[in-house]
Amino acid sequence: MSSGLRIGIMDLMNRLILALDAPFAGAVVFGVHFDGHLVVEALLVAVIVFLLFQKSYQPQKRPLTRKEIDQLCDEWVPEPLHPAITKEMEDEPPVLESDAGPRIIVSGKEVINLASANYLGLIGHGKITEACNAALKKYGVGSCGPRGFYGTIDVHLDCEARISKFLGTADSILYSYGLATTSSVIPAFCKRGDIIIADEGVQWGIQNGLFLSRSTVKLFKHNDMKALEKILEEIALEDKRVKKVLNRRFIVVEAIYQNSGQMVPLDEIIRLKEKYNFRVLVDESHSFGVLGKTGRGLTEHYGIPIQKVDIITAGMGYALATTGGFCTGSAKVVDHQRLSGAGYCFSASSPPYLASAAITAMDVLEESPELLVRLQENVTLLWKGLSQARGLKVTSNALSPLFFLQLENTSGSFKNDSMLLQEIVDRMLEDAAVLLTVSKRSLLDNCKLPAGIQLSVSAAHTKSDLLQVIQSLKSVVEAVLDRK
Amino acid sequence: MVTIPYFTALTTYFSYGLLFVFGHMRDFFRSFCKSDQSTPEGYAPLCRDFEDFYTRRLYHRIQDCFNRPIASAPDAWIEVSERYSNDNNETLFRTGKTHRCLNLGSYNYLGFASADEYCTPRVVESLKRFSPSTCSSRVDAGTTVLHQELEELIARFVGKPAAMVYGMGFATNSTTLPALIGKGGLIISDSLNHSSIVAGARASGSRITVFQHNTPSHLEEVLREAIADGQPRTHRPWKKIIVVVEGIYSMEGELCKLPEIVAVCNKYKAYLYLDEAHSIGAIGKTGRGICELLGVDTSDIDIMMGTFTKSFGSCGGYIAGSKDLIKYLKAVSPGHLYATAMSPPAVQQVISALKVILGEDGSNRGAQKLARIRENSNFFRAELQKMGCEVLGDHDSPVMPIMLYNPAKIPAFSRECLKRHVAVVGVAFPATPLLLARARMCLSASHTKEDLLKALEVISEVSDMVQIKYFPKDPEKQLKEEQWQQNERKKLS
Repeated sequence: MSSGLRIGIMDLMNRLILALDAPFAGAVVFGVHFDGHLVVEALLVAVIVFLLFQKSYQPQKRPLTRKEIDQLCDEWVPEPLHPAITKEMEDEPPVLESDAGPRIIVSGKEVINLASANYLGLIGHGKITEACNAALKKYGVGSCGPRGFYGTIDVHLDCEARISKFLGTADSILYSYGLATTSSVIPAFCKRGDIIIADEGVQWGIQNGLFLSRSTVKLFKHNDMKALEKILEEIALEDKRVKKVLNRRFIVVEAIYQNSGQMVPLDEIIRLKEKYNFRVLVDESHSFGVLGKTGRGLTEHYGIPIQKVDIITAGMGYALATTGGFCTGSAKVVDHQRLSGAGYCFSASSPPYLASAAITAMDVLEESPELLVRLQENVTLLWKGLSQARGLKVTSNALSPLFFLQLENTSGSFKNDSMLLQEIVDRMLEDAAVLLTVSKRSLLDNCKLPAGIQLSVSAAHTKSDLLQVIQSLKSVVEAVLDRK
Repeated sequence: MVTIPYFTALTTYFSYGLLFVFGHMRDFFRSFCKSDQSTPEGYAPLCRDFEDFYTRRLYHRIQDCFNRPIASAPDAWIEVSERYSNDNNETLFRTGKTHRCLNLGSYNYLGFASADEYCTPRVVESLKRFSPSTCSSRVDAGTTVLHQELEELIARFVGKPAAMVYGMGFATNSTTLPALIGKGGLIISDSLNHSSIVAGARASGSRITVFQHNTPSHLEEVLREAIADGQPRTHRPWKKIIVVVEGIYSMEGELCKLPEIVAVCNKYKAYLYLDEAHSIGAIGKTGRGICELLGVDTSDIDIMMGTFTKSFGSCGGYIAGSKDLIKYLKAVSPGHLYATAMSPPAVQQVISALKVILGEDGSNRGAQKLARIRENSNFFRAELQKMGCEVLGDHDSPVMPIMLYNPAKIPAFSRECLKRHVAVVGVAFPATPLLLARARMCLSASHTKEDLLKALEVISEVSDMVQIKYFPKDPEKQLKEEQWQQNERKKLS
């Protein structure tokens, strides 16, 4: 059909040319033979010129009128501020009427407490209470200002020096909250374009830091060094392919994972980091004051010089039995944070009595190494007892004072698992007077590790208490699981 | 808003220019002399040169004006530790000596910073009963009867059905905002909001726009445009919009124009998040903050946030709102689920301070404190203005910045005041825009009239010295004013 059309057009053109030729037939103007072709060509040129000078088609922009915007604003219906309250959200936590020591009082009943990370049993320690009391009288409670503006009390500096002396690092920096420590440290050193490789099971504070840093973040399978090496290998290959300006690279891990109780193989991490030129950040919240012969943490446990780890962070609301967090490392690492650590620079400093408590806690730990022996004995006792429990399996490290018990037959869903586990925990509190907890997971948390019952062992727990916990846990688990 | 005089702007730019040129010259020579040993082969430097240029070349020169350690409670008078440096201010060491100075730097608005006859014995008692920490998060074994009592008390105090407390003010903002809003939401934030709000907003993953500082008309414009345009690229309507403002802006001393902002938010169905870090306890007839001062109904504010660090002399923060909101936040907010609970003695301090403010301690000390902070603030501000200094902020606000502008005036003002035993705070970049350096005074109810007169005398002397009286009073005008005042007095008597 199209060829028919073309023939038609050709025919028409020929006729046109012939028709136009007729009047000028044979005419010669200034030596140019004038015929119909020229007329048609001139016409075409004129059309092209006309088209060229034509404005391109632009639909007229018509901004919304006031009235239209008013209407849009009227029509807009926002979502409610928060989703509907579900039944789980109604759950109230236990309310303590005493300190959170190894035995606590909940609703008038004495209960064995395995929910506080009071690893060294320093809650209620006479020396620490005395130090806090003195600090309260001298300094008052709050510091009433950020570190920059007269919120630096001398005990803050003493505490920083004490941490450095205890660990053998160059300098340390105090944060007033454990959760804000990693969220501030990571963005202080990593920016857009830098690379961070982190474990997929890291706690929310680290996840938040990773997100705020805007760096390229890659996650490796929980505590799997092969997976880590694979990612490192990929990055090294990519480097060979594309030469780029060197960027900062970090491996971020936790010494003992808050979400699983597993321990990171530091020797392997150090080997990989040195092989692939990465720096490493280790969060020692659950290992500081716990691991190693003198409680100096993961590096002591592995016999690795602490300088090999570039940045160490830790919360102080665990073994040290106070509140806050710190970061320690080289002088440069610490100095840089004093203006760049958001949670340091823009937050009120921690109450001085809490810094005093931290200093005294380290003193106590150095003076009484038997605390660590007792803690490890308790950990071993509980580990042996619980590994025989039916229906549950211990998934935490054998040295970790933070225990994780997962269901042997998991349903695969965090929510269903934790509902079942919560039932066990509730029964334990009611029937056996033992306070345990189920791992919580915020909607904002990206960690995908399975739910488990958490137990925090303390050096202050008595053997008989722990034996009682093992005994009653076994029977409660059996009773609950059998009913299902 | 601050308008910087032309000549001052010129000299300020010149000063920074000079510092910048010298800094780069020193960097240039450094690259020859000293190889950076701290960065091993194959690694990128820990901080890029441009990242710590400001610290190395500007901040270190005047480092002694910041982070001054004190050896006492941050009360009206403090013991400031003397420091020395062997390497041109790069590192500072304490000599062990201290100087007793008048404190115009701490946020001790109601004077609860030091030992208090009502609070301290109760705090010590709670320390003995509960120890300094629970070593556990609020949902595990971190909730004591004290936490519960405080949550009920603070809800009653601010006039909301429910409240929850966090152990750190910064974390209150940075962990609550992500729980409230996420992808598909919009946060409209005042351009001078605190860093914790910025951190929370960024962590939420929602879109963030700013509106001109404390300008309700611009907020309305931004809101209209946002609702009309919808989300960028997809043009779907926003899921929700949260407007975030502060009660008192800590670097400006300004009060939020809350009634106008509430009206705008109500009109456009945006949720309002009010950060009362500096205003709760400090302003309002009974200390209930900006809402009370400006007559705003608290039911018009969806989320009320505040801290205990300032007026209550403790640590931590709170969120107050509807019962369901608090239930939801307690189930979702990482600051509640994962962080160590607020230290029980600090909780007790807030409870006791609140009882004093409410007059439930059986005395009228709370009312006296509140009257005192207002009198002190208004007297001090008026005197500073009379002096000819450029003072920012509003009537009744206990925070008053004095503009310094030139970078060299920050250390000059701060050091000269300290020499005369007045401890003031110089604020510069990054807490303020580069050009708008200032000194900031924070008044307290524990300052006596003599304290304030001494402070004014010193400030006047130092202001003359560093030439920051940008509005010297016209002698004729002053005479007229004095006459007018005399007439007024006569009329009254």
